[in-house]
Amino acid sequence: MARLNMVEAIDQALQQEMQRDPSVVILGEDVGRDGGVFRVTDGLVQRFGEDRVIDTPLAESGIVGMAIGMAIAGYRPVAEIQFAGFAYPAYDQLVSHASRMRNRSRGEFTVPMVVRMPYGGGIRALEHHSESMEAVFVHVPGLKVVIPADPYDAKGLLVAAVRDPDPVIFMEPARVYRAIKMEVPEEPYVVPLGKARVVRPGADVTVIAWGAQLRVAREAADRLAGEAGIEAEVVDVRTLSPCDHDTIIESVKKTGRAVVVHEAPRTCGFAAEISSQIMERALLHLKAPVNRVTGFDTIPPLAKLEDYYQPDAARVVDAVKAVVEF
Amino acid sequence: MTPISTLVSYSVERVKVMNEEGVVDATLMPELSPEQIKALYRHMVLTRQFDERMFKMQRQGRLGTLARVAGQEGAHMGAAFALRPEDWLVPAFRETGALLLRGLPMEQLLQYWSGDERGGAFPHGLCTLPIAIPVGTHMLHAVGIGWSLRTSNQKAAVLTFFGEGATSEGDFNEAMNMAGVFQAPVVFVCQNNQYAISVPYTKQTASCTVAQKALAYGMTGIQVDGNDVFAVYRVTHEALERARSGLGPTLIEASTYRVTDHTTSDDARRYRSEEEVEKWKKRDPIERLGRYMRDAGLLDDEEAAGVLADADKEIAVAVTAFEAIEPIRPEEIFKHVFAEITPPLAEQRDALLTRLQGGN
Repeated sequence: MARLNMVEAIDQALQQEMQRDPSVVILGEDVGRDGGVFRVTDGLVQRFGEDRVIDTPLAESGIVGMAIGMAIAGYRPVAEIQFAGFAYPAYDQLVSHASRMRNRSRGEFTVPMVVRMPYGGGIRALEHHSESMEAVFVHVPGLKVVIPADPYDAKGLLVAAVRDPDPVIFMEPARVYRAIKMEVPEEPYVVPLGKARVVRPGADVTVIAWGAQLRVAREAADRLAGEAGIEAEVVDVRTLSPCDHDTIIESVKKTGRAVVVHEAPRTCGFAAEISSQIMERALLHLKAPVNRVTGFDTIPPLAKLEDYYQPDAARVVDAVKAVVEF
Repeated sequence: MTPISTLVSYSVERVKVMNEEGVVDATLMPELSPEQIKALYRHMVLTRQFDERMFKMQRQGRLGTLARVAGQEGAHMGAAFALRPEDWLVPAFRETGALLLRGLPMEQLLQYWSGDERGGAFPHGLCTLPIAIPVGTHMLHAVGIGWSLRTSNQKAAVLTFFGEGATSEGDFNEAMNMAGVFQAPVVFVCQNNQYAISVPYTKQTASCTVAQKALAYGMTGIQVDGNDVFAVYRVTHEALERARSGLGPTLIEASTYRVTDHTTSDDARRYRSEEEVEKWKKRDPIERLGRYMRDAGLLDDEEAAGVLADADKEIAVAVTAFEAIEPIRPEEIFKHVFAEITPPLAEQRDALLTRLQGGN
């Protein structure tokens, strides 16, 4: 089995889905000849031509708005927004139309569209290139929000997203793109949307994370086991909307403690929703309040201060110790 | 060497086929059979009567806020009359007549404006998107549909409507630009009704015409007298034909006037004079068409009264049908959010229904 990084896994998923279904088309800035600024769509225009891999003008609202029309007319567009921080101009189209067309037309018109975007910090990028805005999308009824943490899931979740009948925001952790390689099956496979997974079993505390922060959570779990004899169960949320709260609650009922990790700002971050669900459904199992390790309620800092902002294993270790020692 | 040279110069044409007295220019008169002209007239009268009836129903509390179309029948119906069944219509929210021409049942529109989501379920195969309330954003959908028609080699085009206010929105630029770049078979019809709620055209843009904005996107722009239904039909018919033949998009500015308030929640007396409204009322598109038809022997007093009576009868039937519709049930809130209801939504729906049943 080939060992692929996340960029290669996504590229392969796109290629196979385009091969399988002629209605799948890609559009975005620099996705064709350039293969995308992260090379995620490398080689696709050569293989499928300019009618299926479309270099668009520099217009995020235009890309998503046009993709909505294409989806209504029977295509399955996969739109790329070059960086999540540039998705704001497209937000109107996502909120006002993509998420509502099914409802507005009572099912007559649907938007089976994927909007891919690299998100998150840790890559020493310019301003606006490190945003982690998943909660902004999760709050919109009618959108699904998916965040893979590793190459295997990236391929399987993207295949599921492309085949899904509804609009899916597919956020790719830029920091993970080339950071890890793992075995990825050549044949297409589906990792179903709406299912979280336990990536590391443990009895003492549940650590919940997604995207780039899953690695941080796992690293913290390894350290906690080695240094403090604390066994953390790590849950990868994978799909934030609709969220598989059952898997999280089941784990918390077992461990009695929970720490949620995300790099987005703290206030109204998705950890707040998870924490609330735990409160509503597992209060009597809790041995300590739910703890959060998050970015600050600040503008994501530029390169020199970035490491103070991003959660790291040390912060997660401290947060876990706090709930265990509560 | 020429140190300074002119790269581009432009001119904008305005087309008028029929004057206020109903006299047409024979060379510009579009090819329409007497039956087609009568059908157009019937639909325009029906739309006017329906608009008036909906307004009364709104005032009686039977409908919610709605956007009236009186005075703009020539602009949007002349354009929509040029559509073929396989073409697509991407409306904004002030195109009642175009929707009726497409075959949308009136009771469904009543249902929509009454605040019932099910009114948005336009019949299958109508190739007509739902009413779009946000200004200017739907034009991009027309471009996406147009791209799809072109790429899949279908000989069909897309017609989209918007007002002059929408041309100030960013998505107007993105839609026009992308339509130009992709040569999408889209006909953009701006119903320039002179006001975006209270803001007049001169405060909306410093551009002499909306039509000239097309030039920057590499497409044809043309202005028509929007209260001259023959001119609007002629220009739109030609533009749709060009689009279907792969010759790209067109921007049409139909200059017209909203003789009513912006919506039933607006009071236009706050921002414009009675004299101005009266001036435009004299240019009424239906009366103008009627004058032409009388001169051409296509209409007399008796027939005109018959058209009016038939319209009122048809509307009465639709109102009865609308009132017979079963009330919308609360679980409709949760339908059509996703193809399949998600577990969190099912939980919220069940909680609401349990509460309503008095079970909790």
